[in-house]
Amino acid sequence: MTVEMLTTILIAMLGGAIRVSTPFMFVALGETITEKSGRINLGLEGNLVLGAMVAYGVSYETGNPWLGVLCAGLSGVFLGLIHGLICSLPRVNDIAVGIAMMTFGIGVAFFFGKPYIQPSAPRLESLPLGGWSDNSALRSALEINPLFFVGIIAAVAIWWMLANTRPGVILRMVGDSEPSARAMGVNPIRVRILATAAGGFMAGVGGAFLSLSYPGSWNEGLSSGQGLMAVALVIFARWNPLRCILAALLFGAAGAIGPALQSVGISQGYYFFNAAPYILTLFIMIASARSGARAAVAPGELSIVK
Amino acid sequence: MADITTGSFGGGASTVRLRAALEKIAIPVGALIVSALLFSVFLLALGKNPLTFYALIWQGGFASSFSIQNTLQRAAPLILTGLAFAVPATIGLTMIGAEGALVLGGFAAAAIAVPLVGAEAPVALTMLIMVAFAMAAGAMLTMIAGWLRHARGVNETISTLLLTYIAIATMNFFVEGMLRDPNSANKPSTVPIGDAYKVGTIPGTDVHWGLAAGLVLAVLLYFLMYRTTFGFAARVTGGNPRAALAQGLPVGKLILTCAAISGACAGLAGYYEVAAIHGQANASLVAGYGFTGILVAFLARQNPLAVVPVAILFGALDASGGLIQRRMDLPDATIQVLQGLIFVVLLASETLTGRIRFFQAGAGK
Amino acid sequence: MLETKISRRSILKSGAAGFAAAALPLGFATRAMAQTPVILGVVYVGPRDDFGWNQAQSVAIEVLKTVPNVTVIEEENVPETDAVTQSMESMINLDGANLILGTSFGYFDPFMIDLAKKYPDVQFRHAAPLWNDTMPMNLGSYFAYLNQAHYVNGVAAGLSSPTGKLGFVAAKPIPTVLSNINSFLLGARSVNPAATVQVIFTGEWSMPVREAEAANALVDAGCDVLTCHVDGPKVVIETAESRGVKCCGHNADQGPLAPNGFITGAEYKWVTIYSMFADMLAKGETLPNVVVGGYHNDMVQNSAYGAGATPEAIAAADAAIAALKGGMPIYVGPLKDNQGNLVIEGTMDNYDPVLDGMSYLLEGVIGSTT
Repeated sequence: MTVEMLTTILIAMLGGAIRVSTPFMFVALGETITEKSGRINLGLEGNLVLGAMVAYGVSYETGNPWLGVLCAGLSGVFLGLIHGLICSLPRVNDIAVGIAMMTFGIGVAFFFGKPYIQPSAPRLESLPLGGWSDNSALRSALEINPLFFVGIIAAVAIWWMLANTRPGVILRMVGDSEPSARAMGVNPIRVRILATAAGGFMAGVGGAFLSLSYPGSWNEGLSSGQGLMAVALVIFARWNPLRCILAALLFGAAGAIGPALQSVGISQGYYFFNAAPYILTLFIMIASARSGARAAVAPGELSIVK
Repeated sequence: MADITTGSFGGGASTVRLRAALEKIAIPVGALIVSALLFSVFLLALGKNPLTFYALIWQGGFASSFSIQNTLQRAAPLILTGLAFAVPATIGLTMIGAEGALVLGGFAAAAIAVPLVGAEAPVALTMLIMVAFAMAAGAMLTMIAGWLRHARGVNETISTLLLTYIAIATMNFFVEGMLRDPNSANKPSTVPIGDAYKVGTIPGTDVHWGLAAGLVLAVLLYFLMYRTTFGFAARVTGGNPRAALAQGLPVGKLILTCAAISGACAGLAGYYEVAAIHGQANASLVAGYGFTGILVAFLARQNPLAVVPVAILFGALDASGGLIQRRMDLPDATIQVLQGLIFVVLLASETLTGRIRFFQAGAGK
Repeated sequence: MLETKISRRSILKSGAAGFAAAALPLGFATRAMAQTPVILGVVYVGPRDDFGWNQAQSVAIEVLKTVPNVTVIEEENVPETDAVTQSMESMINLDGANLILGTSFGYFDPFMIDLAKKYPDVQFRHAAPLWNDTMPMNLGSYFAYLNQAHYVNGVAAGLSSPTGKLGFVAAKPIPTVLSNINSFLLGARSVNPAATVQVIFTGEWSMPVREAEAANALVDAGCDVLTCHVDGPKVVIETAESRGVKCCGHNADQGPLAPNGFITGAEYKWVTIYSMFADMLAKGETLPNVVVGGYHNDMVQNSAYGAGATPEAIAAADAAIAALKGGMPIYVGPLKDNQGNLVIEGTMDNYDPVLDGMSYLLEGVIGSTT
């Protein structure tokens, strides 16, 4: 492999990390909020797909893509609230409801999304931040969508709020120990419903990125399981919003490996290169599992770690 | 009313059991009715007639011998993948990798068949080896996840999902590479096993033997999980893993066994997809049966026997989905919306378990 | 083996001749039998409005709905599994369908072959060149060779590309896809002998994020014209446009998606086949077992030229279309694959069944099929 090829692959991975990571980041952040409250919502794939459809439809009908982003978030709140309310009933399994909501959300998105497959909706403009470079590949890799920065700011904000604000402390307390939250006069059910709705909002916005930025159109094959993978990334990120950014970037970069290797002429076994993100995540999960740190940071009320 | 009945039957043990059994049926049926009503509102909002809709489900799913066979044929893989989810769920594992185990199982069966069919090995022996390979390959996939869960604490839901993607990539790699039949030009596949080595249909029907296998396994697994020490230990572990460890139950062994059963069931479904349907392995094995099986098992509340009727219900919805498209001019996603709705309402209805006085009457007195 | 090929080829020719006869309004057409109403079931593998393969089929099938004694019933999103058997049987048993069109490749073997045996009174037709005379006579194939339009794409791309480096995003390395890639290359090389085509396989028919990544990777590798063979070309075309490179379409007219860079696109003209079917059904005739075609009988076309096509490119592409209509062969040997093996020795007829088994990428294509 020559230096030139290596540069091509690395630039492609950088570009892929930035382009592909944003929806993972939003879903993972949303899931982090939800899981911090002691609930798991496995159905964010449904929010992602519905958000993508709603964002595209609204952008097409109104001509305003940012209104589309907002409505995508609200559609996520809608699904999140249903999930949150149903899981607040006693004896209801949150993982199962998540899978159910995923089926429902995707079904609704497909049902109402038919008329929006063909038209071109106004998309979110990217910021050309690579103007200083002569390398067109690098310039393109640094064409960054504002939502990417929104995601990073959101991650920092969530991280800060969890550590330093009263709502953050309440959220963590509810997630770690329901009895002590009750003892403090906090209604854990209300907190969890709100946390699931907030998580749903983030996932919906992640869907808006898929349809309005990259790859930037609406069709039924758009997501291919990204919402499910993002939930996996949360465990990998150990419920830390800042690590969610890293996890999403890493996953995005891994997804760029397959096409990038083929573009420099290494194409044998592309099925495995294309599966690189999954293989990589599995190995990192194995390597990082069962460390003392992980057990300490996992929310105590979370069914998935009990 | 509840009190009168209690009085007349005196709260005998048999009545208590009868009412408990009744509860297990009445609540899901009630939930089905509620979701049907909710969906009717959805249809009315779209200007469609709900009665036509449900009549078509009946016609497409159950009304004739053809419809029933159509339903059963579609239910066959779902019984097996439903079991694949239900068994590990009993022990507290949420394993969503049946899709991957099915694909890998089907692929393994088709791959091992190539040299056997080439050497004209005896049919029965070939079938047996194919079944063994399919079940072993499926079990291997889920056992990796089970072992990772037990030994390393890796979350099994996520690892089975990842392993599914990896299993599909593995099959594609071989099917489009070294195991590709040169004659399978536009649809890369393994070499066909040939009609002689395919499993036929149940006599008098068009339904393949996978349905019978599913029924037998459902009964066997019900006995295993509800009538044996192993099943009891598994259910204790599922209820409270820490207590199970404290009592000295072999939790690791239990987890691995349940994971193996799960993968073997899905792998067997893969075998029937290859040996009864496609005659070879190709990308069509990835048909979503594994994921639908999750819904089936949840609605059946992880009970292997209940998996059967629920799978048949889903088979009927699939079977009538086409009829609804054709007659009512509704898009294909309609059935998916209905499935999601049924699923959500049924899960929500679980909260009623033990809270309706009629079903509790006589118990705990 | 050779025998079956020869017999198939002669059938292909007679099929084409049968088509010509049917298309002509001749007074002595076979007298229609009793005009039994036709209930026509159509099965699609994806949503009918996918802006790709299924939509192209579905739009063309509208023409059959205008025939007085024909009722069309349609079912979408039917996967290439046992579900297709069940759906078609359901059409036959519950709706009384007596003619079934299967529009996805994987429906044929084993599903439609078995159904044709089980229901000898029902006619089955399938959209791929797979039928041969060892199969049931109530089964048949219809297909158009899109690689001819991809050849024209290549001609136009070769003269519209400043560098001669062309890129191709492909789903899977199967013969129809490989033939489109190779024809695209040969078209480009006919006008620019130094042209290359770099291909990236995504491994899936529909995987939008990876298609966009592949398109970006090709642009980063220096390609200045992109085209594709995936189910929904929208993502590749829009990515090419946003990266400021030119593009050629596939399956449907994507011109409006790329106002600056669109050159032309390869499109099926299913309506030609379905209009012929409509005429025959109106007369009560049985559909032929084999209908194949390309430019010579108006079954494929190229999209209207866009702003990306240079004047020389338009002139050369128009000339190529005229030549293909006259039967100009695309594969003229000796041709080597990109491993250096001689794969085509002499001149191949554009409908030679040997080409249906293509398993290689020609010299000049950068990429590998495994």
